[in-house]
Amino acid sequence: MLWDALTLQLGYNATLVTIGAALLGVSAGVTGTFLYLRKRALVSDAISHATLPGVALAFIVMVVLGADGRSLPGLLLGAAVSSWIGLLCVNWLTARTRLAEDAAIGAVLSVFFGFGIVLLTVIQTMTAGRAAGLEGFLLGSTAGMLFNDAVVIAVGGAVTLALVVALRRPMGLVAFDPEFAASSGVNVRRIDLAIMGLALAVTVVGLKVVGLVLIVAMLIIPPVTARFWTDRTDKMAMISGICGGAAAWVGAAVSATAPSLPTGPIIVLTSFALFALSLLLAPNRGLLAVGVRHRRFQRRVHMRQGLLALAQGQPIFERFTLTLLRRAGLAHADGVATDDGKARAAKALRDETRWQVVRADQAFESAAALYDGLRDIETVLTNDQIAEIDRRIGSPKGVAT
Amino acid sequence: MSLELAANDGVIPTGHALAQSPLAVRGMTVSYGQTPVVFSVDMTVAEGAMTAIIGPNGAGKSTLLKAALGIVKPLAGQVSVFGKPLAGERHRIAYVPQRASVDWDFPTRVIDVVLMGLYRELGLLRRIRGQHRAKAMACLERVGMVDFADRQIGQLSGGQQQRVFLARALAQEADLYLLDEPFAGVDAATEKAIIDVLKSLKKDGKTVVAVHHDLATVADYFDRVFLINTRKIAEGTVAEAFTPENLDRTYGGRLATGQIDQLDLVAV
Repeated sequence: MLWDALTLQLGYNATLVTIGAALLGVSAGVTGTFLYLRKRALVSDAISHATLPGVALAFIVMVVLGADGRSLPGLLLGAAVSSWIGLLCVNWLTARTRLAEDAAIGAVLSVFFGFGIVLLTVIQTMTAGRAAGLEGFLLGSTAGMLFNDAVVIAVGGAVTLALVVALRRPMGLVAFDPEFAASSGVNVRRIDLAIMGLALAVTVVGLKVVGLVLIVAMLIIPPVTARFWTDRTDKMAMISGICGGAAAWVGAAVSATAPSLPTGPIIVLTSFALFALSLLLAPNRGLLAVGVRHRRFQRRVHMRQGLLALAQGQPIFERFTLTLLRRAGLAHADGVATDDGKARAAKALRDETRWQVVRADQAFESAAALYDGLRDIETVLTNDQIAEIDRRIGSPKGVAT
Repeated sequence: MSLELAANDGVIPTGHALAQSPLAVRGMTVSYGQTPVVFSVDMTVAEGAMTAIIGPNGAGKSTLLKAALGIVKPLAGQVSVFGKPLAGERHRIAYVPQRASVDWDFPTRVIDVVLMGLYRELGLLRRIRGQHRAKAMACLERVGMVDFADRQIGQLSGGQQQRVFLARALAQEADLYLLDEPFAGVDAATEKAIIDVLKSLKKDGKTVVAVHHDLATVADYFDRVFLINTRKIAEGTVAEAFTPENLDRTYGGRLATGQIDQLDLVAV
């Protein structure tokens, strides 16, 4: 059954919803990348919570006007208007008062959400209410979604995605270096508004699928996941889009097989699974890779210090150092150097002396900048340069007189 | 370099000099809250010269540059660039912000940063082609960073970061280069690389303005100075304006006499 859903064999409506959700996931991932890089990811939380009063008011207005209160385009329009007002409030509070952005976000988020909940309660007491379905906006539900709703979501996702792709260059520029962007004539304020507006669009379009409580996760988790895998903005946006799309696909499919499961949480959990995998396994930035690199570095430090201690006849108390030296066959268990160890130790000491010459001489400045106490000097200097340094140090003097 | 340009003691430059100036600022006032950081400052940058903006910490040096570029919104003041309003002349300006103003863990490579200098040329949708990459590489070549083109910017040392920023400004192919503390916290090799590039810009007839911290190198590196401490203190050639009296007024006696003596200034 789940497999049928994942491979789009669960009927026309479920298929449409899954594709719509995936498209939305892609555009959330790509939009979220720029939001995250601009370090304003949390604003999306204020935006999403600020949709609730709009949804409720739109419902009330439509019912009063005698229309169907559950018309999705109408509800989304209401959501868009009230979240836009919420966004302007956050911007205004941050720019014009001494409130920091986090405080402004907290204030706007809670006030709008509280107001929305009050309105929902009012709706439930309305006789014309038939409010069933509005709760779906909190946690998301694709069960019983109509064909038209799915089309709205798919089209909304696609349009947002196209806009992000078109604006990726100025958005990347503003996210990295807003001052430089401004100096080259980019209207930073307008680009910021565009980033926020796109996040708002994704939020509003995704309300029905993911729900307003969790949509922020669709904007934040995929970019954070993608950051583990790449050091380039364009690739990050792509990977983030793929992660977001995949998570939404799986979430919608699972939810289609078990209609009592809300879609939003499933999507978020799938997204989190991708994040956790990346956190552990990603090359370079993953925890495992970082751990291995740290361990390797630690070994090099201990090895080099052990060799220098051997060369100078100092006792080695650090057990880890001693173990390393013994395993490499450079020292005996009692800390006395083997023949091999003596040779390596002498070389380490000589390198150290050479480095001192290099660092004292302006002519070797660029090489000296690479000194880290670990590097073999041959990796930095040519043989001729080393020979020149050795001449300055002088060769070992004979002992016989 | 005409002498009337040296608006040293309230001498207002003639209309002609103003019209020629790559960057002329009049009555510039910027305040954060109620405290002015820059107050009613006039500045006339001399074309083809290298000018250092000098003053103590918090004296409004960077703010003056940012206000002149429209990055910070001034309370009052006007700016002309090559005698015209700033908006139409942005393509003639290259700007190097302070290195610390950006997040160097940003997911981007050295070459991508330099390509940002071509933003005006590329616009929203034009594809980045071989010719653009070649131009970016040539700029990296000038600052000695070609080998680093594909590195993630977080792997660079402070000096290398500064050189990448300079390469990005070179890619802008401007006539006026504004740099905010280009020598702050860089190694000696980078300092030399940067000053060589700036001097070659000057040789090509470009105008260079840099916020500068190190009083000891002013006379070596620059032709002109602009001394500021919220208000303008002095403006002119190094010989005219970089005097112990002016420095004393700029730093409000915070420079020890010994420090000024070490600068080995020629008394005017």
